[in-house]
Amino acid sequence: MLAYAARRIALMIPTLLGVALITFFMLRVVPGDIVEVKMRSDGGYVTQELLASERARLGLDRPLVTQFGDWMQGLVTLDLGTSMWTGRPVAEEIGVRIGLTVQVALMAAVIAVLIAVPLGTISALFRDTWIDYVARIFTIAGLAVPSFWLGMLIILGLLTVFHWSPPVTYTPFFESPLKNISQLIWPALAVGYRYAAVVARMVRSSIIEVMKEDYIRTARAKGVFERMVVARHAMRNALLPAITVIGLEFAFLIGGLVVTEQVFNLNGIGRLFVEAVSRSDFILVQALVMLLAVVFVSMNLIVDMLYGVLDPRVRHG
Amino acid sequence: MSASTRDGPVMAWRRRNPVLGFIMAQPLGAAGLVVILVMAAAAIFANVVAPYDPEAIDFLAMLSPPSMEHPLGADAFGRDILTRIIYGARTALTIGFLSSFLGCTIGGLLGVTSAYFGGRVDLILQRFVDIVLSFPIIVLALVVVAVVGHRPIMGIDLNLIAAISIPIMPRAARVIRSAALAVRAMPYVDAARAGGYTHSHIILRHMAPNVLAPYLILLTAYIAQAILLEASLSFLGLGVSEPKPAWGLMLSGDSSNFYQEAPWMILFPGLAISLAVFAFNLFGDSLRDWLDPKFRT
Repeated sequence: MLAYAARRIALMIPTLLGVALITFFMLRVVPGDIVEVKMRSDGGYVTQELLASERARLGLDRPLVTQFGDWMQGLVTLDLGTSMWTGRPVAEEIGVRIGLTVQVALMAAVIAVLIAVPLGTISALFRDTWIDYVARIFTIAGLAVPSFWLGMLIILGLLTVFHWSPPVTYTPFFESPLKNISQLIWPALAVGYRYAAVVARMVRSSIIEVMKEDYIRTARAKGVFERMVVARHAMRNALLPAITVIGLEFAFLIGGLVVTEQVFNLNGIGRLFVEAVSRSDFILVQALVMLLAVVFVSMNLIVDMLYGVLDPRVRHG
Repeated sequence: MSASTRDGPVMAWRRRNPVLGFIMAQPLGAAGLVVILVMAAAAIFANVVAPYDPEAIDFLAMLSPPSMEHPLGADAFGRDILTRIIYGARTALTIGFLSSFLGCTIGGLLGVTSAYFGGRVDLILQRFVDIVLSFPIIVLALVVVAVVGHRPIMGIDLNLIAAISIPIMPRAARVIRSAALAVRAMPYVDAARAGGYTHSHIILRHMAPNVLAPYLILLTAYIAQAILLEASLSFLGLGVSEPKPAWGLMLSGDSSNFYQEAPWMILFPGLAISLAVFAFNLFGDSLRDWLDPKFRT
């Protein structure tokens, strides 16, 4: 098991290196760079010398290979460089925001699983009845409704009913957990809906598959109560594929947050990313892409390891 | 079983008239198709159907609620929301279709090539696909926007189409490759090789036509994704730019300042996005069941 984990972690390195290479060179193939964006945005005339000196200050005049080497060296020592726009260390920019994003993502994941597992199971057990149809309409709609619009609808609803609007600054969790959760539950719901829909569909189809298995018939033949058959025999097996979806969708959830944070005025990683992109702050963009890639690759790893723990058939020797 | 009795007449219809057969076997998918066709018609004939000019500013109608003159109300510039939704369909469907088409075609060709050559080519291409797949779709789209900028290139939203189609490519490549692997094992491919045809001839003429079914399924499914992505990028201010009408753009900026004064500014464009994505998903799912009974769930 440990050897397997070590091998998998070692295999993450070439993937992450690939992500780094693609991101780094993609961001630099196009001539227009941040220096021009930054200086020309004022509308004034900028001399070539000034542009050149600013490039030199940011280290953009060095050969690309050297820049890449430096960046890699920085990544390994967790020095992510300095934001080209604000001039503050990237690690600091990420550090002050990451807590909020992670909290909303985790809350959304919990909400999604709490909704999806019972919904998918009921939908499968009552297949082709009106209960199933209602559940399926709910899940198909979840794939179609954009999370940012759902967020806006939630705000609209809260405004109309409770005269509540998203606060300008959010209360930190450790200051007042209750207040914090009552503020963050809404963005979590907005991004969690799609997540719940995807997971519920997976749970439904895998329960339908499992219910056809011989061991379910055996359990019923033995006279096991139907509730027990579902809880002990069907659910435990059906949740394995669901775990894959839960894990992989988590990375995509963060993608959903990129847009939804904007709606709720959340100053998180997603918002930082959008700002970095619109200001062509390449140092910040590439650091954030690496962060998201690490999250994604780690989620993959965790899912695979969990599989080994939960399913003896795929125990990794 | 009930399935076989149901399949009997359907199969007969399928042979006689594929369109009617599809409607009978997949009523939900047919409903999706109807919605798509209505939207496409509205998009094509927007200048005939729409009651106003989408960019006409009318300060007298500013924020006016739904009424006889403005069935879905007007926005902060007094522009008619129904008109902007109809013209927005043009933007959404054009960008959605072109992005999905480019992404699925280039990705699909990569997939077929990968399956055809196998060996080292396959290994390298698939490693590359693996790496690109570790970017969530919207993240990769935003990176492309950072590269190509968020201004239209030569008046066309080529930058946006690139940003949406590039994340689709590896996903299409992965699916088409697995379909093409089965085709690769067919005797006619070996026969073509023995016949001395060039690699590109075999890939394009012998293999590509045989993965048309998964290609069409992907194409429809990714139009839905592309519409959603275009709306998200436009909402973030990194997609279609004002004054061009686009659904995502209608939800950004001003509309959020008027939650209470003008909720119609928020309701209708979002409904349009949801309905379009819903219709393409419904049609895509049914098309998958129709074209490939193996995937039926």
